[in-house]
Parts: sequence; structure tokens; C-alpha cells
Amino acid sequence: MFESLTQKLNEAVRQLSGRGRISEGNVKDALREVRTALLEADVNLKVVRDFIETVQQKAIGLKVLSSLQPGQVMIKVIHDELVAMMGPVSHDIPVAPAGPTVIMLAGLQGSGKTTTCGKLARYLKEKGRNPMMVAADLQRPAAVRQLQVLGEQLNIPVYAEESKDPVRVARGSISFAQMQGCDTILLDTAGRLHIDDELMTELEKVAKAVSPQQIYLVCDAMTGQDAVNSAREFNERLALDGVILTKLDGDARGGAALSVKAVTGKPIKFIGVGEKLDRLEEFYPERMAGRILGMGDVVSLVEKAQASVEAADAAKMQERLARAEFTFDDFLKQIEQVRKMGPLKEIMAMIPGLGSAMKDLPLDDHEMDVTRAMIESMTAGERNRPETIDASRRRRIARGSGTQPQDVAGLVKSFDQIQGMVKQMSSAGAFGKDKAAAMKAMQGIDLFGHGAPKKRMRSTRKRKDRKRRSR
Amino acid sequence: MVFGSLFNKIKAGLSKTRSALGQSLWRLVTVGRKIDDAFLDELEETLILSDLGVAATRRILDDLRTKYRDRTIENQDEIINFLKNDLRASLGAETRQLNLAPKAPTVILIVGVNGVGKTTSIAKLAALLKSEGHSVLLAACDTFRAAATDQLAIWSERAGVDLVRHTPGGDPGAVAYDAVDAALARGIDVLIVDTAGRLHTQTHLMRELDKIVRVIKKKIPDAPHEVLLVLDATTGQNAIAQAQLFGQAVPLTGLFLAKLDGTAKGGIVIAIKQQVNVPVKFIGTGEKMDDVAPFDAESFVDALFSKD
Repeated sequence: MFESLTQKLNEAVRQLSGRGRISEGNVKDALREVRTALLEADVNLKVVRDFIETVQQKAIGLKVLSSLQPGQVMIKVIHDELVAMMGPVSHDIPVAPAGPTVIMLAGLQGSGKTTTCGKLARYLKEKGRNPMMVAADLQRPAAVRQLQVLGEQLNIPVYAEESKDPVRVARGSISFAQMQGCDTILLDTAGRLHIDDELMTELEKVAKAVSPQQIYLVCDAMTGQDAVNSAREFNERLALDGVILTKLDGDARGGAALSVKAVTGKPIKFIGVGEKLDRLEEFYPERMAGRILGMGDVVSLVEKAQASVEAADAAKMQERLARAEFTFDDFLKQIEQVRKMGPLKEIMAMIPGLGSAMKDLPLDDHEMDVTRAMIESMTAGERNRPETIDASRRRRIARGSGTQPQDVAGLVKSFDQIQGMVKQMSSAGAFGKDKAAAMKAMQGIDLFGHGAPKKRMRSTRKRKDRKRRSR
Repeated sequence: MVFGSLFNKIKAGLSKTRSALGQSLWRLVTVGRKIDDAFLDELEETLILSDLGVAATRRILDDLRTKYRDRTIENQDEIINFLKNDLRASLGAETRQLNLAPKAPTVILIVGVNGVGKTTSIAKLAALLKSEGHSVLLAACDTFRAAATDQLAIWSERAGVDLVRHTPGGDPGAVAYDAVDAALARGIDVLIVDTAGRLHTQTHLMRELDKIVRVIKKKIPDAPHEVLLVLDATTGQNAIAQAQLFGQAVPLTGLFLAKLDGTAKGGIVIAIKQQVNVPVKFIGTGEKMDDVAPFDAESFVDALFSKD
């Protein structure tokens, strides 16, 4: 939907300008597009209005360098302003001078408090802290049990008591933490509506009883226009210290981030990017800005790629590519490297332009695992010389990897194309002149064999046999 | 259910909503001014703030503009009527009754993203069906989230209905299979299948849903008779993507709009009806088990525009 914002902006600005300066007249249509994009990303309307006004003031009079398009200049102004609005952030969690540090989590029902509690506990433990979780959600059935299960999985103590009073539980947890030698207490509170006065008052009482060092609002990234109302109310009642945005592993553009920051003024500290307990990341406004605008998150992608591909490996691979040697083993290595970067969808979403285009492809981590299983079911000889894989070998590989022989055929075919492409690239001088042709070839490749021919492929052996016979 | 009590329930659930949308609309029109740009801007604001989305809002404004130009609408009072009719029409007039199987058991599959309120909605639905005289069985197919089964077990006790469960971490398909077996053996009227929350972008989890459907079909070929997507009423434009992608994985028959007791307006259901064509069947209006009502477009729109 969005990768076109730059494009739309280019058009909107170009149509009216013709000259290299952004003026009030030519910026109007462009800002209309920005407004729509932000509203579609669920940024609150009032926040959008303020934002547009600021951007307009900053953009008017800007000179457009001849090397740039006006749309690009606009995008930069918008992007920078978004970053400024969502920043600055600090991921530090202040420590209490004496006694255990208390961190309290609050939020609406279903925003992900309990899971976030587990994730945060794990994060703190990795940072060398000795955390304890407190089951102060006494409303939702089995919420206490849920936290206990997470505690078992993480090997982190959980404090719970038979009580209906969260204030009592919170108080009791402090002496327990001291006894256990825990230095950080994470309070998981019950989800509540911000308009439920009784429950909001209860939350205030809990906060008063244990005076937490930090109070975080846990907020669902998919929330719509209403995000401002709940965030404002929680902030007024509790004086929040920060926000944790959850469920960002979906395709929500996360405009709520901007809204919540705008009304509370409190930094977004962390983001939840998956159901597993290690899927908590520190928040970076630059990345979020790209996401809200739908521009993809290039910074994260580059960082992830650097972190997971070891330099030596990369050099070796380059060398092999240059010699046009590319075997199934290399292919497998490449898959593993991509795999190390995180869930495939996540990576896809970070690539500008590709994000939404690839969204509908049934590309997922499972497919990668299947591909890996197929390659791992091949013998060393087969991996080096795929042309030896005939029908009977295909059947064996399929059995070994839990797939169908057609899938194996599809993979071999795709691999064949990649190999051809590698040859093309290396002959064009290490990804040099013929890049366009190579890219074109790449687009046609069906990496996971979805388009595998319906009819059975002829086995190579038969073909060879035929050749021999005709000789 | 008496219509009056239903209306009141929605109205009570939407009390905050009304103060936001209804009142500002009435304020807007009683100023007694022409339909000019300033008026349209304010109207746009009101609609956008109820999560109607840019596209649906634009369409309504365009309609209004045309009607005004054609002199179909002349005074302010007519605007409210026009908007009511427009929204009602947008919500469609199709039946919102549960599709009960001619031969029991009826199988209802509940799906949705994490944290929208699936388990609570199931409890409400079970209690509602039980109060109407149906025997109900629940299937705990959320074997992933910690203590999800325990949560459903507590609700099933409160609602006084039976539950089929396996140990955590098990195969949801297997639970579904056993539950259908049990429903057939015990002569149950309605089987409600709970599933784990999943983000609609996770292809492998969407395929797991498809597998659950296939497993159910093995025993009852025309099941599931209802596939309800539970939506959080506070969700914004992403709800459209949710409806689209869940709809691709399983044949959605309706929406259960949960958490309508907040300040959210649930305006997104209008956008969803327009773009994905899935009707709302139920709304959840509170935390108690009887805080549920069949969705009624008339009452919903009336409650939105109610003056008091």
C-alpha cells in the first residue's frame, strides 16, 4: 500500500512545482498524502494535524538539490520529524538505591502484559539482574498460572499468593524478594479499561503501596484512534515512565507508537516482536518512523545482516561465487544465514518496496526449514552434483525430508536456475556490468519450488540413457 | 430476547462512544450552518476518530456532498438521518443469526489474533447458547499459550458446560478431533472450538487453522458451521488485514466484536463489511459472562446517534 508514498509525494510535489523550491502552494497536495498515510497507520487524527503543521513549517522554503527529487526531500523532512517526535529514548532501567527495584506493568486487557512480563524478566536476567515476577493479576482466570508457567520456562521465581487483593500481593512480594535475594521485581497487573474508575483506583493503590521505580504502559501496536485516550488516562493516574509496544511482529504499521508518545510524552522503551520469550527488542525511533511510513526498515536490516553473516564466511562465499562454484552446501549456508537474521517475514518487511509486495507470498520460515531438510537429506555427492539426482534419489530425499518427490524436483530446478545465475554473474565480472541481467534472472527464480511442474519431471538418468542409446 | 433490553445493553456498552460520536455529531448539526468545508472537516474528524478509516469516511463525505448538491438534503436534521441510513446500509441487511446445523452438533470455530478476547467471548457465547436451551461443549485447542487451557477450564465451570482438553503443548488438531468425537457421542447441540491467538501474518499458524478445519470435516463434513473472528473493538485499520488474511485461511462467517465497553467505537466493522464483506454477529460489552448481545445494525447505529 505504502511504498508508493515517496512516489505519490514526488508526483504531488512535481506537478505543482517545476521549480526547485518547496512552497506553500506545492506542498499542500503532498501533505494530504502524508495525512492519509498516517491515518491509515492509525496515528491519532489530532496528532496527525499537529504533525502536518510542523512538517509544513519545516518544509516550506527548503531548496531542493538538483540531485534529489522534491518527494525525497519531503520524505526526509517527514521522517526526521517522526523520529524527533518519537525520540529520544533510553533503554536503561533505573535501579533503586536500596532494596529491590520494582517495575510495574499496566495496560488494557489483552495488550500482552503477562507475556511482556516474562520477556522483560528474561531480558533483565540476561543483563545480569536477578529478577522475580509477581502475579498481581487476580482478575483474569488462570493469569497467575500463566505467569507461573512462564517462570518455570525461564527459571525465574514467581511470587503468588491466595488473595483477592493485588495491593496485598504487591506488598508481600517485596519481603519475599529480599528473602530470595532478588534485586528486581516485575509486577504483572490485571488488564483494565481506562474508564473503569474502580479498577484504575486499585492500580493507583498498588503503585502507592510499593512505589515502583518504573511504571510501564503495555500497549497493543494494532490499537486504533482510541490509543490516545487510554494512554492519557493511564499516564494521568500512574505517571508512567515508559511504554512497551507489543505485537509488532504483525503487519500493523504501529501509528499508535506516535500517538501514545505524543499524548504521554513518555518514551517507548521496548517493543514485542513475537510470541516467544526472547522476542523483545529495544525501541529505535528511526526504525519505527520507517515502519509507520511503510518505507521498510533499512537500518535494522543492515544491522541484522552484519550481525549474522560473519565476515570470513562472506569472503569465502564471494570467492566461490567468483569461480562460479555454487553447490547445495553453499545454498544451505545461505539459508542458515538468512535464518539467523530472524523470522523471514520480519526480514522481508524491512526491505523497502519489497515488504508489501512479498507479503502475499507464502514465503515463511517453515518453507525454509523444509528446503533445509531436503538439502540435508542429500548425500555429499548429490549436494555437489545435483544433476545426479534422479527419480529414485528424489524419492529417497523426499522420504528423508518428509516431502514429496515433486518438491525435491522443484528445489533442484530452482537451484539449477540459481547456479546458472551465479555463472552469469561471475562471468559478468563479480556482480559487475551485467547486474541488470542477473537481477532479471533472479526475479524468475522460484526459490521454494512453488511453481514446480505439475507433471513429473523426467529423470536425468533416463535422459542420459536415451543419449547413450542414440549414440 | 426483548428488543428493548438489547438496545439498552448496546447503549450501555456504547455509553462512552455516544458521548464521543453521537454528541459531537448533534453539536455539529445544531449549530445551524450550511454544509460547508468546515462542517465537512469536522464531520470527517468525528468519523475518523471512530476508526471508520480514511476510505469509508471519504465515501460517506462524498455521498453527503452529492446529496447536498442535488438538494436531496437541505437542512441539518436530515444529515443525521442520512448518516444513520448510510451506516446502516454499510453494515448490510443479511441475517446475523447463528447458522445452526440441521443435524446436531453445530460446530463453531473461534479464531483471532492474540489478546482480542477469544476465551472470554467463548464463555459468553457458551452461556448465551446454554440459556437458550442448547447443550454446549468446549474444545481447548489453544495448546500453545501458557495456562490458556486452565483459563478456558475456569470459564467452562462458571458457564456450567463441559470441556475437552489435552495436556499443554499438544496438537490442536487432536484436541479438535476428540472434541468432535465427544460431541457426537454425548449428543451435544453446539461444540465451540477455541484456538490459540495468532497474528494473521504467520503463514504456518494460519495453515494450522486450516488443519483444524480439515480434522473437524473428517467427522462432520459440513462443519464448521460458523467460523467467528473475534476482533478487539479498539483495533484500528489493521483489523481489515486481520479479516482479510483469516478469511483466506478459513471460511469466516462472522465477527465477534469484543471489548465494546471501552471508549472505542468499533467503527472498523463498517470498513470491514465494505472491504471484506464479513458481518458482525455478536458484540461483547463487558467483563461479565452475560455481557454479550447479538449484533443488531439498527440498535448499533441508533445507539451511536442517541442524543442523551
